[in-house]
This record gives sequence, C-alpha cells and structure tokens, in this order.
Amino acid sequence: MTVALFVEQLMNGVQFGVTLFLMSAGLTLVFGIMNMINLTHGTIYMAGAFVAATVAHATGSFLLGLVSGVSGAALLGLGLEAVILRRFYARSHLDQVLVTFGLILVFSDLFRMIWGPVALSMPMPQALSGFVAIFPGVDYPVYRLVILLAGLAVAVALYFLVSHSRAGMWVRAGSSDRQTAQALGVNVRLLFGGVFAVGSAFAGLAGVMAAPLTAVQIGMGDPVLILALVVTVVGGVGSIRGAFLAALMIGIIDTFGRVLLPAALGSMLIFILMAVILALRPRGLFVVHG
Amino acid sequence: MDNAIASSNLGIENAANFRRLWPVCALLLLLALVPVISTLIGAPFLIRVFTRVITFAIAAVALNLVVGFGGLISMLHAGLFGIGAYVVGILAQHDFNNELLFHFLPGTSDLAIALPAAFIITMLASAIFGIISLRTSGAYFIMITLAFNQMLYYFFVSLQKYGGDDGLQVLSATTIAGFDSTSRIPFYYICLAILTFTLLFVSRLVESRFGLVLRASSQNERRVIAIGISPLRYKLVAFMISGAIAGLAGGLWTNGQQFVSPADMSWIRSGDFVLMAVLGGTSFVAGPVVGAAAFLLIEFTFALWTTYWQLPFGLLIVFVVVALKHGLVGAGRDALAKLRWKQHG
Amino acid sequence: MIIEKTATRNWLVGSLIAALTSLGAHAQSQSPIKIGFVSTLSGPSGVLGQEVSDGFKLALKKSNGLLGGRVVQVTYGDDKGAPDVGRQLVDKMVESDGVQIVTGFVFSNVLLAVSKPILDSGAFIISPVAGPSQLAGKQCHPHFFSVAWQNDTITESIAVEMAKQKVPNTYFMAPNYPGGRDQLAGLKRYYKGDITEVFTSFGQLDYSAEIAALRAKNPASVLFFYPGGMGINFVKQFAQAGLQSKIPLYTSANTIDQTALPAIGDAALGLSSSALWSEGFDNAASKEFTAEFEKEYKRVPSGFAATAYDAARILDATLTSIHGNIEDKKAFRTAMESAKFESVRGRFKFNSNHFPIQNFYLTKVEKNAKGEVVAAVKGLIDEDHTDAYVGECKMAAE
Repeated sequence: MTVALFVEQLMNGVQFGVTLFLMSAGLTLVFGIMNMINLTHGTIYMAGAFVAATVAHATGSFLLGLVSGVSGAALLGLGLEAVILRRFYARSHLDQVLVTFGLILVFSDLFRMIWGPVALSMPMPQALSGFVAIFPGVDYPVYRLVILLAGLAVAVALYFLVSHSRAGMWVRAGSSDRQTAQALGVNVRLLFGGVFAVGSAFAGLAGVMAAPLTAVQIGMGDPVLILALVVTVVGGVGSIRGAFLAALMIGIIDTFGRVLLPAALGSMLIFILMAVILALRPRGLFVVHG
Repeated sequence: MDNAIASSNLGIENAANFRRLWPVCALLLLLALVPVISTLIGAPFLIRVFTRVITFAIAAVALNLVVGFGGLISMLHAGLFGIGAYVVGILAQHDFNNELLFHFLPGTSDLAIALPAAFIITMLASAIFGIISLRTSGAYFIMITLAFNQMLYYFFVSLQKYGGDDGLQVLSATTIAGFDSTSRIPFYYICLAILTFTLLFVSRLVESRFGLVLRASSQNERRVIAIGISPLRYKLVAFMISGAIAGLAGGLWTNGQQFVSPADMSWIRSGDFVLMAVLGGTSFVAGPVVGAAAFLLIEFTFALWTTYWQLPFGLLIVFVVVALKHGLVGAGRDALAKLRWKQHG
Repeated sequence: MIIEKTATRNWLVGSLIAALTSLGAHAQSQSPIKIGFVSTLSGPSGVLGQEVSDGFKLALKKSNGLLGGRVVQVTYGDDKGAPDVGRQLVDKMVESDGVQIVTGFVFSNVLLAVSKPILDSGAFIISPVAGPSQLAGKQCHPHFFSVAWQNDTITESIAVEMAKQKVPNTYFMAPNYPGGRDQLAGLKRYYKGDITEVFTSFGQLDYSAEIAALRAKNPASVLFFYPGGMGINFVKQFAQAGLQSKIPLYTSANTIDQTALPAIGDAALGLSSSALWSEGFDNAASKEFTAEFEKEYKRVPSGFAATAYDAARILDATLTSIHGNIEDKKAFRTAMESAKFESVRGRFKFNSNHFPIQNFYLTKVEKNAKGEVVAAVKGLIDEDHTDAYVGECKMAAE
C-alpha cells in the first residue's frame, strides 16, 4: 500500500465513520437522552431519502430536496412521537423495541404502496460532483467531503445541545426525574416531542446525504439501523462523545479491514469489534448513566 | 387433625394447580388433535403448518426462560436455533455423500444421534456466547447478542461447502432409531412430545430454587448478591439450557423442512422469537406457545389475503404491545377472572 | 340476401348459439389447469417478483386466461424471500389446491427448499428466473424446466465477450456468498486473462475502500456481480469516484437491468453487459411484448418480465399441442422438451437438462432518443450458449 493509497483509505475510513455518526446521531439523542430505543430510526432515514428524491426529481433542485427531506423526516418523527411513542417513555426497552419493530413493518408497506417497489433515482448534485486534491496523488470527491463536514457539524451541534445548552439540561432532567422537572416548570411533553423531532431531522439528513450514493429503495434503512445501534452502544449509551469516537473507530477499522482481511472476516468485522469492546467494557467506551 | 388439614390443603393446592394448568392441557390437547382434524377436513398440509408452529414454539419457550424469567432479552436465539439446525443438516449431508466430517467423524441421518449432537453443540456455543455476553446487561446485552447472531449469520452465508446463502438440502432419508422421521404425522407427534417435555422441564425449573434465584436476579440483582449468591452463574446456566433447547428445535426444523438456510437464523428471526414470547405473555411458561401459534397463523393468513400483509401485521403488533401488557395469555386470564368475578359477585 | 323469414332467422340464430355454447362447453368440460405462482413479492427484492408476476399475467391476459385452450386458475403466493415461507405456500398449493404446475421462483434458495417436495408429488416446476446448478446437474428432473437461464451463464456470457475483446486483465467483484463464487467460476470457464478476485460483504452499502484499492491497482477492466441494491450502490459510487470514463466496467446479464437503471441514471452510461433479451429486440414477439407491457404497466420491462412472459407462452404452446391434457404427464413433458413457440428471445430450445440453449448479446448503456438511460444491443456474443452442468445431469426416464 502506497502512502497515497493509505491516506485515501484513511480518508475513506474517517468519512465512513462520520457518516456512521450522522446516521446514528438521531438514535443516540433519543436513546441516550430520553432512554428510548427507537427502531423506526431506519424508517425515518428512509423517509428523508424518499421525500428528497421525489422533490428533487420534480423540481430539479437538490437543495429543495434536502430541505423537504429533512423536514419530512422531522414531521414523521413528530407524528410518531405524538401518536404512539410518547406512551412508551416509561415502559421497558423490550416494549419499545417491539412497538417500533411493528411500526417498521407498517411503514415499509405504506412506502411500498405510495412509491412502489422500484428504487428511486437521486442524481448527484452537479455543483458537488467535482474532486479536490487533499493530498498529492489523491483526488477526493467533493461530495464525500461535504458529508464529512455535515457530520462534524451535527456532532458539534449535538454536543452543545445536550451538554451545554439549557434545553439539553431540561431534557436530561426530564428523563431522569420527570415529575420534579415538571414541578420546576419544565414542559417535559413539549421538550421530548421537540427532541424527538430534532433526532428525526438528523436521521432524515443522513438519508438525504446518502441518497445520491446509494440505492433509494424500501428497506434501505435496515442496515443503517443496525450500524447506528452498534455505534450508539459501543460508544456508551448517552454519550455523544462516545458515539462520535466509536463511529470513527469503527469506520476506520472496518475500511482497512475490508481491504486487508479475507472476505469472510470482513463482513463480520464490525460485529466482532462490538463484541470485543463490550466484552472488555460492558457499558461501552464512555459510561454516562450511573 | 394435621392430616386432615394437610389433605384439605392439598385439596386446595390441587384445585389451584388445576385452575392454573387446565389451559395449558387444553392447548396441548388441541394441538394433539390437529392431525386428526386436518385429515378429516382434507387439508393435510395443515399438519406441516402446525409442525412449524410447534418447532418455533419450542424455541420461543426456551427463549422465554431467559427473557421472561431471567430478564435477559436475547437476540441470539435464531442463531442458536440455526446452529442446531445446521448440525443435523451437515451430518445428513456427510452421510448422503459418504464423506467424513473433519476427516474422522462419519455423518449420520439418524436423528437419535443428530438431535442430541445438536443439543450438546448448541449448549457449548451458548456457554461461550453467554460467558461473553453476560458481562453486559440491558440494552448492551441486546446488542451484543445481536452482534453474535449476525456473526453466525454471515458465517453460514459464506460457508461454501454447506450451501451458504442457497441453503443446505437434506437429501438422505432421515430416520429416528430406525423409523422414518420424515413421515408427517409421527414426526408431528414427536415434536409435540418434545414441546410437552420442554414445557414440563421449564416450569419445573422456574418453580425450583434455581428458578427462584433466576427470577430474583432479574428483578433486583443487588439483593441477590447481598445474600451471597452469584447471579452470573445462574444466568449462564439458564442461557445454556435455553440455547440448547433452541438448538434442539433447530434440529427438528431441519428434519421437518428437509432444508436449512441462513435465512432461518437472521436477526429478524431472533426478533420474531422475542415477539412470540411477548405476544403470548412472558410471565407464563406456556405463553410463547400461544404467541408462536398466533404469530405464525396470523402471518400466514394475512399473506394469503394480500401482498401488503406487513401493514395489518405491524398494526397488530403495535396494538398488542400498547394494549395487552401481559400478552394474549394474560389478557385471556384477565378476561376469565372478570367473568368469574361477575359470576360470583 | 336478407333473411326475412323469421323462422329461418330463428333457426340460424339458434344454431349459432348452440354451436357457440358447445364450443364453450368443450373448454369448460375439462376442469381448470391449476398453477401455483410462488415469488418474492415483498421486501427489498419485491420489485423482482413484481416483474415476474407482471410478465406472466400479461401473457395470460393475451391468451384470455387460457393456456392450451383450457381455463387456468393461478394461485399467487409471496415467499418473502424466505425458503420456509415458500415451502409452506407450496405445501398448501400442491396438497390442498392440487396445482399441477408451480412457477414464479426468483431466488435459488427458495427453489431449492421446495423442489424436492413439488417434484416428488408429480407436479411440474417451470422456473422463470432461478436456475441453481444443482437442478441443472445432479438433481435434474424430468418435471423441472427452466425457461430462464442457469445462474452461472450470466457471467459466462460476458466472459466470452471479454475474451473476444482480448481484455488483458480484470478486477472481479462480487458478494461473498456461493452465488458470487459461482459467478467467478463461470468467469474462469471462458476468460483466461489475469483475474483479481475481491469479495465484499453481502448487502454492503459503501464501496469507497474497495474502489480506492481498485484504482490503485489500475486494472484494464472491472467486472462486477452485484444484484439488487448492491449494484445500484456500486455503480453510483464507481462513477462518483471518477472512474466511469477511466476503466471499462462490465457486468453479468440481468444484474443491472430496467429495475435498477432508472435509479442509477447517468452513472451507468458506458456499462457493458451481456443479455439474453433486450427491450430493443426487433423480432415480432418481443416488439409486441414490450409495447403491451409498457401500455399495461407504464414502464419498460426487464429481462425478468420477459422470461416470465415466455414461461406462460411456452406453456400455452405446449398445452395446445397436447390439447390441454396436462393430466398426461408423459405427453406434457415430451411436448415441453420440443416445444415450438415464438419466444421474445427469438431462438429458444431446451438442453437435455431442461435448461435453455440460447444466444447472448452484448449491450452497452446509453441514452436513447427520449433521453432515457437504456441498455442498447450492440451485437451477438455467443450463439447457442449451453451451461456447464449439463454433463452431470443423468435424467431419469419417466
């Protein structure tokens, strides 16, 4: 492996890691802060991509597609939270897993009824399809750099939102002791709904960003959901920093593993990693909740 | 005097036992009548449908030992089911092709050897996975078991020699101690017998001291440690037993389907098993039997009506989780209790 | 001459009615032919089952719901891509519904799970897509027919073309499962240049690492076998990495077809593939099929729909030649083996293992007059291509 190739693969690993973080940001927020396992995360990701592809196709504008995809995802999340999921904050993880699993099935068929079974087209936005020489001999796609920047922006925003903002404090208070928080004047119901909408917006953003690079079809969210769960858990539930570092680590190791290791190991690598880390640190890399 | 009290207490105890047990007995009796009814109405394929139900029910009952009574939500059981299934399938293939496994073991199509082998090998695998996984708890336990399940899945997908993703056909005539085990009705009753033994064994286990410690650990681990018992050992043994029975169910599966493929051990299947346990009611040993029957029959029926079967099925799952906190068995029991209360004023 | 006499007119009308009724009665005096249709209609691969089902239905519609002049009763079932679900459906169809023919199979694992029970019951299997090597070779059976292709031939055909073009070396990529490895075996049978083998994870989303390694190796060509969503991902990312115009890209037949091309768009331009059928064919049967399919379903058909259409058409031709008498299984089998029908592929005949001997053509993806991205036919690659497993087939006489 030449130096140039090494740098390129490193870039690929970092970008994959950041993409993983982008995909898991919404899940980490909802799971980590509100202690709810939300398996519809993959469906909301898919909704972002589908809405964006439809709007972009109709208007010819990627930007319009982006905006509508993100808002569509946020609306879907808000709707789900208001109608069903808000009853589940206090219920066990098992119940949350099962109800969101049922919702995955429902939306899978709803999407198929609306859009049909064929994959949608989402062309790469013309302005972002060039290359940038990040290293002598390595021309890196602009679009992937944009994803990288988007993921970093989301990481920073999330970190400040959760740890350093008043809203984040209210949310954490509301999730650890709802009644006291309410007694202190925090509108927990509104807050949780808002957080859920923000988490869904992040999922939708990830879906829209991935759309030009991947197949926009029913079921596109399932592998993403698993990866997001892996990242969240390896990082330590509740820790944004943990999720980010876990995502980067997994992204880099998986990228190099796929090109250096034999094929059979390559497909299992992410899971082997997770098992090893959890065996050594049973509560993830960064333990947050006591 | 003491004898009178003792015997009257025994009478009360027997009555209570009867009230608790008659639903399960009725259920097993109904299942035993399936081949008779199916043949009478001229739909023998229903026997195969119910063989599938019973096989999954065995796995779900085994899973519920750790989910309902151990408080451990395992997403690994489809993988363990798959290990047992592949043990039987691989042994049959080696027998059919007359080649030695690992250069020294002969294959076999005799379930009397293959099923115990599936049981033991899956128990060993459960021990290994369990020792690592049980270091974690809660959501982490769900995820690490999911990870192991996926590892098993991808392992079997890439296993060229045994069909990989295309699956492994059982081409030899499988037998059980000389009798043809592919014969539909006898095999159905074998599966039903194994289900019955499993229910008996698990309920005995749950009521025993072992079960007591297990259930206590699932509710409050700190207290159990405080009285000097190590919960990990109990959870591990429960996990091993649960996994071994799931592997046994897998072995039955391969014989019934005459085919096994990695699709039988996907994480979605693991989720289905958990769903079956919850649907039936995780606090009841026989709950998963009801859950498995309901799940599979509803899935089959919906799919016959429409290709958009996931919509009503998903809504049903949502409804059950939202409304029925103790599953179908719990709902049934509550309904009966209300009825009895109304009758007795 | 105007028939004025009422009596004569009544007599004429009466006879006409009697004649028509007796014709109809003849068709109805035989009970309907029962066909079981098991395909993958839901899930991410549901689009393939949809294609197969639409193609089959179109052919039935064309012959007014009759095959061989006899009414046909089709029971549809969704196997969801799961072998055991397929088995359950087949059990019901064969035992309860009494189907005489089972068709619709897209995936090899489902077909392998159900082949023995169906064939043991005496029914026929007509596969419109799935073609595992087991059924072409060691497990070939007098009642099994594939009207599609043996799985390996889709890569064998493009390998023939690459050998013809004297491509010096190739970078082969496929998912790590026996299907992918079978395609590699197919490649090696006909292409003798240098091959770099890369296997990736099944269902992998991101190929940037593999593409970077590929670019560093700088091969003369890339041949990939990525069906479904994987293919869409790979081609999009290959183009996005700037390699579309730099390294010739090849793929096997029916891998990147009309179910994937619209989703990939311009990124697929220049992709070379082999094909056993294309919507651009100009034989009469194909033109009629394509026009009617577009009219009925508002989209361009794929190779899957074409072979499913052929399946129904060959059944019609076979049954017509034996007067609809599928109950005579020996006659049906013999008639199928030598069936003469107008395939959308032009030439079609069965090999001794009941798999097709057919031509493969070269296609290249380009934009047509309407600006749509299509795979345009460029010429013939291989005439009367046979599969590699026919030698292993020792078909039992009935």
